[in-house]
Amino acid sequence: MPASAVLSATGIVKTFPGARALDGVDFELRRGEVHALLGENGAGKSTLIKCLTGAYRRDGGRVELDGAPIDPRDPLDAQKLGIGTVYQEVNLLPNLSVAENLYLGRQPRRFGFVAPREMNRRARALLSAYEMDIDVTAALSSYSVAVQQVIAIARAVDLSGKVLILDEPTASLDAQEVRMLFRIVRDLQARGLGIVFITHFFEQVYAISNRITVLRNGRLVGTRETESLPRKDLVTMMLGHELHAAEQAGETKAESSGPVRYAFHGLGKAGRVKPFDLEIRQGEVVGMAGLLGSGRTETAELLFGVETADSGTAECEGRRLSLSSPRAAIAQGFGFCPEDRKVDGIIGDLSVRENIALALQARRGWMRPLSRKEQDALADRYIKALDIRTTDREKPIRLLSGGNQQKAILARWLATNPDFLILDEPTRGIDVGAHAEIIRLIESLCAQGMSLLVISSELDELVAYSSRVIVLRDREHVAELVGGDVSTENIVEAIAGQERRRAS
Amino acid sequence: MNAKTLPLIATLVIFIAAFAICTLQYPTMLSTRVIGNLLTDNAFLGIAAVGMTFVILSGGIDLSIGSVIAFTSVFLAVMLEGTSIHPLLAFVLALAITTAFGALMGAIIHFLEMPPFIVTLAGMFLARGMAFVLSIDSIPIRHPFYATLKSAYWVMPGGGRLTLIGGAMLLVFLAGIIIAQRTRFGTNVYALGGGAHTAALMGVPVGRTTIGIYALSGFVAGLSGIAYSLYTSAGYSLATVGVELDAIAAVVIGGTLLTGGAGFVGGTLIGVLIQGLIQTYITFDGTLSSWWTKILIGGLLFAFILLQKGILSLSSGRRRLTMKGA
Amino acid sequence: MSGAKALGRRLLPQCVALAAILILIWFNFPGFFAIEMQNGRLYGSLIDVMNRGAPVALLAVGMTLVIATRGIDLSVGAVMAICGAVAAASSVRGDPLAVTLVMSLGIGLLCGLWNGVLVAILNIQPIVATLVLMVAGRGIAQLITEGAILTFNDPGLIFIGSGSLFGLPMPVVLWLVFGIAVALIIRRTALGLLIEATGVNRRAATLSGIQAPAFLIMAYVLSGLCAALAGLIVTADIRGADANNAGLWLELDAILAVVVGGNSLLGGRFSIIASLIGAMIIQAVNTGILLSGFPPEFNLIIKAAIIVLILLIQSPRLSHLAAFVRPAGPAAPAQGKSVAGGASAGDARDIKKLERTAS
Repeated sequence: MPASAVLSATGIVKTFPGARALDGVDFELRRGEVHALLGENGAGKSTLIKCLTGAYRRDGGRVELDGAPIDPRDPLDAQKLGIGTVYQEVNLLPNLSVAENLYLGRQPRRFGFVAPREMNRRARALLSAYEMDIDVTAALSSYSVAVQQVIAIARAVDLSGKVLILDEPTASLDAQEVRMLFRIVRDLQARGLGIVFITHFFEQVYAISNRITVLRNGRLVGTRETESLPRKDLVTMMLGHELHAAEQAGETKAESSGPVRYAFHGLGKAGRVKPFDLEIRQGEVVGMAGLLGSGRTETAELLFGVETADSGTAECEGRRLSLSSPRAAIAQGFGFCPEDRKVDGIIGDLSVRENIALALQARRGWMRPLSRKEQDALADRYIKALDIRTTDREKPIRLLSGGNQQKAILARWLATNPDFLILDEPTRGIDVGAHAEIIRLIESLCAQGMSLLVISSELDELVAYSSRVIVLRDREHVAELVGGDVSTENIVEAIAGQERRRAS
Repeated sequence: MNAKTLPLIATLVIFIAAFAICTLQYPTMLSTRVIGNLLTDNAFLGIAAVGMTFVILSGGIDLSIGSVIAFTSVFLAVMLEGTSIHPLLAFVLALAITTAFGALMGAIIHFLEMPPFIVTLAGMFLARGMAFVLSIDSIPIRHPFYATLKSAYWVMPGGGRLTLIGGAMLLVFLAGIIIAQRTRFGTNVYALGGGAHTAALMGVPVGRTTIGIYALSGFVAGLSGIAYSLYTSAGYSLATVGVELDAIAAVVIGGTLLTGGAGFVGGTLIGVLIQGLIQTYITFDGTLSSWWTKILIGGLLFAFILLQKGILSLSSGRRRLTMKGA
Repeated sequence: MSGAKALGRRLLPQCVALAAILILIWFNFPGFFAIEMQNGRLYGSLIDVMNRGAPVALLAVGMTLVIATRGIDLSVGAVMAICGAVAAASSVRGDPLAVTLVMSLGIGLLCGLWNGVLVAILNIQPIVATLVLMVAGRGIAQLITEGAILTFNDPGLIFIGSGSLFGLPMPVVLWLVFGIAVALIIRRTALGLLIEATGVNRRAATLSGIQAPAFLIMAYVLSGLCAALAGLIVTADIRGADANNAGLWLELDAILAVVVGGNSLLGGRFSIIASLIGAMIIQAVNTGILLSGFPPEFNLIIKAAIIVLILLIQSPRLSHLAAFVRPAGPAAPAQGKSVAGGASAGDARDIKKLERTAS
């Protein structure tokens, strides 16, 4: 019964300085199957893909294509071997024409010169196999992302033809476009290609895939037949909780919080997150759960003014707030530790001291500098209080480990003495020790009367410190669990949701 | 209308409108004589601007061309006045030097991953310095072959003269258009301008293309130097200071995106002609001063930068809409 | 540990380079270090270096800040010409000195504001944005002087170029006082930190509550002011405004001074004092070549050699090579590079969005 494997990887190991991104992962792709590869951020999906396509060189393990061992040097090499990849951010050139994108580097020539007519004819023929009838001489950028996606697939299949890796191809497509894409994927499947499909949308996983492989923390959790894997089990595989947590729920949290301090009504922005209501009390930790792409980060960005809301109001103790920019939010006593520390958080070349002092200094304005002595004291205090491991407060922050960078950014906000702190995945990608410290810190801040909103994929953590948990799915706030209802099991159920439309 | 060709069309419209206004005021401006002079006077700028177009299309910049032109003219003058080699051989030598010079800059840009701005700035100083070392004086070229070349022209209907260098400029533009539109190298240049990282992922040989682009710019700057020495019959190391700026302005006014990836070699010709036209008009007028050229060109530059910016934000906005709409 | 010590370490390579060049010149010209007092004013080759280096030193002050924000200002040479022309025209018209100075400096500020708005608000690439004024500026200056060299004889204005104060030529006093004042203001206020943060990671800085556009504009405005001062000096020195040649190509020397000062063209950490020393290094090389009887044309070749040398030192590729020696080498830098390359286009859009909401 099992069809032959076109691509098989065994015991793949990839190590980065300070972290093992892949730890002996096995993966097998059969001819004519759609194989969904799932896992939260940092689970190792993209590292595995990059090892397969040669973007990274693996440190250990074996990859076989059609039974022959391969070791691609770079994506081009992998492409020549037969492994094509299409990324979410379409990796084509928007300024070139469709035909040029399809035939870049291998344009048909006559008398040594490119023959555009021949090239365009071939491009039209190639795309007609995908039931696409478009002007191939127009610039790629004049087409929608969905069409660009199909063009990228056409190019990858034309160049490679054995394995097609689709890395979140549907992230920015609407339902109709997804249907079109799936039709094409099924077509290619019927032609015998092995297709790896990465996505965050469960409906799509169940609609298109034959088998599912789940990774977590760089390890293989398992590979299952899609048909025989209930959603709830899938969520559990991804988030990694054995549902033992019933006893954790509803300990003491429900009573601990004070009066409502912040009230957000109907806040939303088209295309990012649907309007939601949210109340946050003084001295309360509100947890926010949901899979990647469910609208968690988008919610946080609306609250912090990174994105301006289309609709809705924000109030603090009955007073209207303007959240038009991060600066405005900070003026209201907000703080925000973003998910992507490296891009949105740290100022890499500046020292730990300067990074810690930054938000406070920005709020005071340039005319009222913190003296060097004050900065030193501030940095020393938080380096000690949060146990930031650095040889020296003058060390550039980019040289610190992820956990210590996270603590330094936390320190940046604590230094502003905020009333409301938003933490987006505060414990992601940091070691176990730092993990526990950050959780303790969250609890003690809450005890001091601060209001916190914590976004996390670590459900055990959320359950441990949250008095309420908001669950998001498909860019919508779908459930709010309060008091005794806060348990990993309930969260998983809410995330998985009932069987829903939109499939197939 | 297509976003790709809109700037080119804008350029063309501006040129035709400007020429029409000029002709209305001074009917004699619509003559092959004026057009012939326009081509001859701007030949060396136009030739060099072809190379600059490729550089800018790829997302780079080449500040060295003015110095390279001056170097070439001095090199030719020294060779022809100091030795007895034939001018054609001197031309070949000069072109070999400037091409190698450009290739070297391209190699430094690629292999050391340094910004083209700084690398070609060093090239600008170096080429000018080498020209100074050869000679600080203006050296007249009296070789009889030069006289022959200068007297070679085609009399157009209406009495205008298409000189050798004017014709050469048109040929260089023709060759540039063919290279840009009909060779794999040309497509690769556009690809680099669209995103070097993506281009590399798609199999564009980034290093070879980068070196090729700057070598081409060096070669064309050498040609421009030859044209300049024919135009002035002299070699002078202080000549053509700032031609790179005029060339950049011509490229941008010709509708090429200064950040690379979009534009046409043919547009640059119109950009050069617009600059020439402004100068011609000022000459005809007699009361206007020459500095209006610079101010007008600066204004046009600004207008085109804004136009490109607008087109970019419009097209990305539309893409978002189509993405979200059903 | 202390700030002074860190500063010393930062400036060491520049100081060593400057000292080496000066000593090299001194070997050939034993009288090079001789300084004498005449009529209450110091004379000597060293003073001459400082005097002639004044315009580039002043430009380097503003350019340092602009480059720290990851920008570049190509227009300073042209702005010098404009401001010189304004000063000369105003003086010729008979305005009092104060009016002349205010007008000239004010125009410099306006030019800087123009550049700053293009860069910070319209989000035009700095090299593109400042090119406009670079091309048009000289034409505007010629428009003001009407093409002629506009001469004047207001003794007050002339004093700026050739007078002396505390025994030092006025240009030297100006760049020393101005440069040190700006350096002090930058470091005594939080400007330095906020500008560096903006230059290193504009998005993270904006998320921390920094008004990035305001600091960008401030940097370009200061650059314009520096250009105005430099333009005044050059104009006053020759007692006339030469719109064609005033400040010609000085933007390149200023950029070079900043780079020689060890500041990265990729923005972030900066030192104004180091840039000032960089400007003196460039001028010392110029003067040295002049004195040594080499034809001045060698100057450019040496400048080119300096740039190539600095390129080699600063090249990211070479530092990658250095990283290969360490065990964790090859994978990490390649990864970082690809991330940077892939992110840039989207980043710009995000930043724009972010700042639209911020302003």
